[in-house]
Amino acid sequence: MEKKKKRLIFRSIVLAILAGTLVFVLIVNAGSERPSLQEGMEAPNFKLDRLDQEGEAIELHDLRGQGVMVNFWATYCEPCKEEMPYMDQLYEEYHDQGIEIVAVSVDKNETVINNFYNRLDLSFPSTHDRNETVMEAYEIVPLPTSYFINPDGTIERIVRGPVTLESLETYFNEILPQ
Amino acid sequence: MSDQSIRCECGHLNKEGTILCEACGKPIEGNQHIDGNDEKHVLEMRYEGSARRSQTYKRTFVDKTWAFFSSVKVGVWLIVITVVLSALGTVYPQEQFKNSPLPSSQFYAEEYGFTGQIFYQLGFHNMYSSWWYITLVALIGVSIIIASIDRYVPLRRALNNQKTKRHEVFVKRQRLVSKDNQLNEDDVNKLRENLKSRRYKVYEDDGHIMAEKNRFSRWGAYVNHIGLIIILLAAIFRMFEVMHVDDYVWVREGETRVVPSTNQEYYVENTGFVYEEYDPETQEQFSRALEDVEEPVPKNFQTNAVIYRTTEETLPGQEPELEEVTRGEIRLNQPVTFDGYALYQAGTQLEAEYDSMSFDVQLNDEVLGEFTFYSDEAPPEFHLEESDIMVSVDDWYPELEFTENGPSSFSKFPRNPGLIFSVENPDTGDSERFFYLQEDIIPLSEDNELVMNVTGIDRRSASGLTVKKDNTLPLFGLGAGIFMIGVVQGLYWYHRRVWIHPKGEGIYHIGIHTNKNWYGMKQELEKITEDTNVQEFEDQQELK
Repeated sequence: MEKKKKRLIFRSIVLAILAGTLVFVLIVNAGSERPSLQEGMEAPNFKLDRLDQEGEAIELHDLRGQGVMVNFWATYCEPCKEEMPYMDQLYEEYHDQGIEIVAVSVDKNETVINNFYNRLDLSFPSTHDRNETVMEAYEIVPLPTSYFINPDGTIERIVRGPVTLESLETYFNEILPQ
Repeated sequence: MSDQSIRCECGHLNKEGTILCEACGKPIEGNQHIDGNDEKHVLEMRYEGSARRSQTYKRTFVDKTWAFFSSVKVGVWLIVITVVLSALGTVYPQEQFKNSPLPSSQFYAEEYGFTGQIFYQLGFHNMYSSWWYITLVALIGVSIIIASIDRYVPLRRALNNQKTKRHEVFVKRQRLVSKDNQLNEDDVNKLRENLKSRRYKVYEDDGHIMAEKNRFSRWGAYVNHIGLIIILLAAIFRMFEVMHVDDYVWVREGETRVVPSTNQEYYVENTGFVYEEYDPETQEQFSRALEDVEEPVPKNFQTNAVIYRTTEETLPGQEPELEEVTRGEIRLNQPVTFDGYALYQAGTQLEAEYDSMSFDVQLNDEVLGEFTFYSDEAPPEFHLEESDIMVSVDDWYPELEFTENGPSSFSKFPRNPGLIFSVENPDTGDSERFFYLQEDIIPLSEDNELVMNVTGIDRRSASGLTVKKDNTLPLFGLGAGIFMIGVVQGLYWYHRRVWIHPKGEGIYHIGIHTNKNWYGMKQELEKITEDTNVQEFEDQQELK
């Protein structure tokens, strides 16, 4: 009886290890196709120099307590340029309620960014991701992509593609500080 | 409990399910069907008639699962299914190689018709990373591990417990036997000597002789299974970035970029790209080979690279402090390596971009000044010092295209630059505008008095580099090495045993076992029985 019990335990352990390894491998494999940044996770910190205010920088970590929209865009991306006026329109209204917008351009030259920014007379902070390191940290594939970040620093929503005026207002309300 | 084990008449206590007594080899009644000994005269010796317990206990779920994976038949079927599916997956390209903007749901049906549709719907378009394919390979691994444990343990037990003195039935039911030999003492001594000289270990007990050699050959199969399991583990490790990285980065001449998949720790600078062709003029040995070739034949694609490491943790978006790690020339198959990573030359956009464009401004054939526009810097204005004139850059389109809304840029890469300049005319004070496109200047007004010229163009190449790290290769090598050791062990040596069984009154039975190569065994027996009274051996194998 003793021996039989031992054998059963041994077999159970071996089978459990093998089954566990298989499940682990399948989970890792499934995870490798998904992007690793997801809603609910903490947004990676970054610090970028502001183009609209010389000598000043903006760091995501310092914006705790505010709802933050991080918008990745470029001047050669038409839908990016189309959503900018919406952002500007709502910025005036929501900035006082604790919403900040950080526009991160992945362009090469600051001239083109400033030209566009000044032409549309935008008012939210404009930054330039020179080394594309913020873009890599945020796993940006299509442009535009917007991250809506809660006052506690967690990602509330990731929008891959352009936003409309209505949807933008909904997203702002989701991350509005209490 | 006594019903679990069986005591043989020789006194040895065998485990339940034993087919041949571990000590004396006598067939145990009631268990002969397990190895099919009830239907054949020659005893099945593959596992020495040991109790492979998966064949006996199938009571609990665990035991049933164990028995399932222990079966060689199941293992072979798993391998056959995996091989067939793997082959089918190569019929059409996998999803990542389809090279088409169409989504997979349309691509396979449109490109390959009905069979393509089936291929897609069965999920064969991304077979090798699908959960069911990985599960199949894993089940083969499970089968290898369990089948090995289930055979190795009892086989080793049986070989360790074997006694020199064997039961008569065991000896007579070996495949090669010579029965009822009349041998005198000289004959037996001669046999013993011959066996020893052929490197057999000779054991004696009460007149019984057993000679054995190369038992380790029996472990070959298990050694190569260990090798296979290590290879499977290496394949699992490959899924982790710590062990394996395969990425791609474009670096333009003069540019420094972060190396992807290194946690933004390493940067690579392209200090220059070299492209060379075979030249039939200067290298005469190639002139005949190049005679009928219209397109130039590339000889070298080379990136002169400098690798940097960040000296401290840098927040994304900040300029990192860099220190040089190494520098080198990256050519095809000659990577630059650093800290476990390797950068390979993998792609080229030859002279595809404009690094800089130089201009001069003239008025009445007099040069007012010159300036150079660097596309990376793209400054908003230039001051021509000679004449104190401002040239402002009104618009900059790195890759110019004309859309409904007028000129715009398709990308940020200066592949087809377009510029709009405003230049102040010192005589009139008016602003005159010029459009640079396609390496030419077009005045935007017929009244322009100033003249702008393109005086120089500097192009640059972009180099595509693959980033590789593979720490699993040594593990693959180890697995393959162990596998080969197992193969050699099992194939180049044979486990051979000779039992000389006295019947009394000078009558001897001789039984022979070898795990393979019976022909070689017969040759060896001729030498062993040389100059003795041993009769010819009988091959008892039944021909089916």
